[in-house]
Amino acid sequence: MSSSASVISSRELRGREMTLVEALREALREEMRRDDRVILLGEDIGVEGGFGGAFTVTLGLSEEFGHHRVIDTPISEAAIAGVAAGAAMAGLRPVADVQYGDFLFLAMDQLANNAAKLRYMSGGKLAVPMVLRAPVGATTRGSQHGQSLEAFFMHVPGLKVACPSNPYDGKGLLKSAIRDDNPVIFFEHKLLYGSKGARKEKAGLQVAGIVPEEEYLIPFGEAKIVRPGRNVTIVANLLMVHRSMQAAEILASQSIDAEVIDVRTLVPFDWPAVFDSVKKTGRLIIVEEDNLTGGWGAEVAARVADDCIGYLDAPIRRVAAPDTPPPFAPIMEQFYVPSVERIVSTAKQVVVV
Amino acid sequence: MSEPLPDSEAKLTTQQRVVMYRRMLLCRMFEERVYYLFLEGRLPGTIHQSQGQEASAVGVCSVLRSGDMITSTHRPHSHAIARGVPVTSLMAELFAKDTGCCRGKGGSMHVGDRDAGMLPAIAIVGGGIPLASGYALAFKYLKQPNIVACFFGEGATNIGAFHEAVNMAAIWDLPVVFVCENNKYAASTAVEKVMKVKHVSERAQAYGIPGETVDGNDVEITYYAMQRAAERARAGKGPTLLEIETYRFAGHSRSDPGHYRAAEEVASWKERDPIARYEKQLSTEALITPEDMAGFKAAIDRELEEAIHLAERDPSPKPEDCLSDVFVS
Ligand SMILES: Cc1ncc(C[n+]2csc(CCOP(=O)(O)OP(=O)(O)O)c2C)c(N)n1
Repeated sequence: MSSSASVISSRELRGREMTLVEALREALREEMRRDDRVILLGEDIGVEGGFGGAFTVTLGLSEEFGHHRVIDTPISEAAIAGVAAGAAMAGLRPVADVQYGDFLFLAMDQLANNAAKLRYMSGGKLAVPMVLRAPVGATTRGSQHGQSLEAFFMHVPGLKVACPSNPYDGKGLLKSAIRDDNPVIFFEHKLLYGSKGARKEKAGLQVAGIVPEEEYLIPFGEAKIVRPGRNVTIVANLLMVHRSMQAAEILASQSIDAEVIDVRTLVPFDWPAVFDSVKKTGRLIIVEEDNLTGGWGAEVAARVADDCIGYLDAPIRRVAAPDTPPPFAPIMEQFYVPSVERIVSTAKQVVVV
Repeated sequence: MSEPLPDSEAKLTTQQRVVMYRRMLLCRMFEERVYYLFLEGRLPGTIHQSQGQEASAVGVCSVLRSGDMITSTHRPHSHAIARGVPVTSLMAELFAKDTGCCRGKGGSMHVGDRDAGMLPAIAIVGGGIPLASGYALAFKYLKQPNIVACFFGEGATNIGAFHEAVNMAAIWDLPVVFVCENNKYAASTAVEKVMKVKHVSERAQAYGIPGETVDGNDVEITYYAMQRAAERARAGKGPTLLEIETYRFAGHSRSDPGHYRAAEEVASWKERDPIARYEKQLSTEALITPEDMAGFKAAIDRELEEAIHLAERDPSPKPEDCLSDVFVS
């Protein structure tokens, strides 16, 4: 199998510099202009004088598309998800959102029992083309506003899962998600939004990126090698892609050449990209902000052990949050969220220079 | 300043009224200090403030006895103060210190202290309502003479958990009072946009329980309404849905300038400031003098100053304290 992963360096791209929030908003705007079956559903997304959703992604869209397409809902996550699924079956393409990913637990029944299974239970007759956007990541808001939930959804057959790390991928993947005929859970990291003004995150990264003028889509199931390297493969998503890149720079100065792969989507997963890389480097580290036990990294470790065991020169290592809720105190949160230092020291354990 | 309020089935005494006034003042002055601490970047995280809603917190909690429990929301500071959670441990929690009421693990949105009669606040809208019914189920089962006061906003009445938990409390006559603080907005969303009935209390009918709407900017009206509901709950007659009409003066959270509300609307509610109103009422009845008020304010100022001073010097948790308290060991 040859890798389908694309190597894109942002230097090759021409376009405008944008934050993730702006790129996501542009994706929504373009898809809404292109297809009037696309509607938005969520809390505080279109209120005049309001926020444009919890992180300003939908700001200005109700002015352009009206309240019949940018629909403010009551605080009712179960119904937001279920109504999106119902409308999707009937021919609309709803893009719903929850203000924090943690609230997906309220919508779990509709997502896991209904949206994910209606295609199957109807013997292939029905489709549920909906997107549910959800911000994740710990940002000193404590245990109920900081979880990373990708693994829960990766575990449910019938749901696709996206987790972009930058504005370019965010836009391209969101457009693909909206056009996908399957339900997609679309994770966004709060520290990557680049929100401005009052919604700015104190610890947010400055990850403005180049977004081309012309239209593009990013297909699901294509990982991106964000840094080619020879000695160790580091697989990451969302914020952890950035921490892994910082770690790779430090490792380079210590003669360890890390290859960093941004998975971009978890379902479908680009297995060939990871397998090819591991076959080349012989070493694998998976970095995720999710809790260690049963995180998506566990699945990657198992698959690589299945397929590449003969190529491995060291044990597979996972750098993840410990098995605790996200704590509030910044000093504990910094311990909880995988740090650049932890990635570096883990790499040094598996690569003996 | 956490002198316990005496139990009361009857009319408020002068002393109780003055205590309620002072406690509202403490809630207000605490929030004002916290607001500036946030602006100065001395507190981490986010905050949801309750200026304007003090009569609800204090009116309701003044009816409660020791052993009773409250549940709260993402907007919990006044509930905690009214219930008697020590101001020092509240302040320390906001400063993310080991001495905080949740040992730095909770933060603003989860303050609470079981021993003071308040569960950690639940920041999932509506998420505390089933817990309240469950706590009340245990009170009834264990034949304890206690009740639960369950605080939530009008926005929470659109969450499925509200329906499920209120119905259970109703069919089982559980000793709980559902206290809905209707402050007209859920974040930026005006209540009329998300509810077809005029009053949250009308929803009580659907469960076969009493529902009442009261002027929640009048602390005594709130107190007596809560007293009726609490008596009913203690007598084994089941829950009440108490709708407390009020208004938050601040934005929804730290970062919200509140442009979705008309300035005149905010101003008209500020005219009905529950603390100013009560001040006037007590002064008119000659129960407090301007000197008393100045004295209270000065004392509260010192209390808050001291709490901030202590919190800043208190030890932080250790990074690896993150790992403890996941299970009962
Ligand atoms: C289940 C859930 N959905 C959304 C949110 C985000 N959120 C936090 S507070 C809030 C508004 C709550 O309004 P209300 O219940 O009326 O309480 P208030 O803020 O007015 O005190 C929202 C939407 C949340 N915390 N939990």
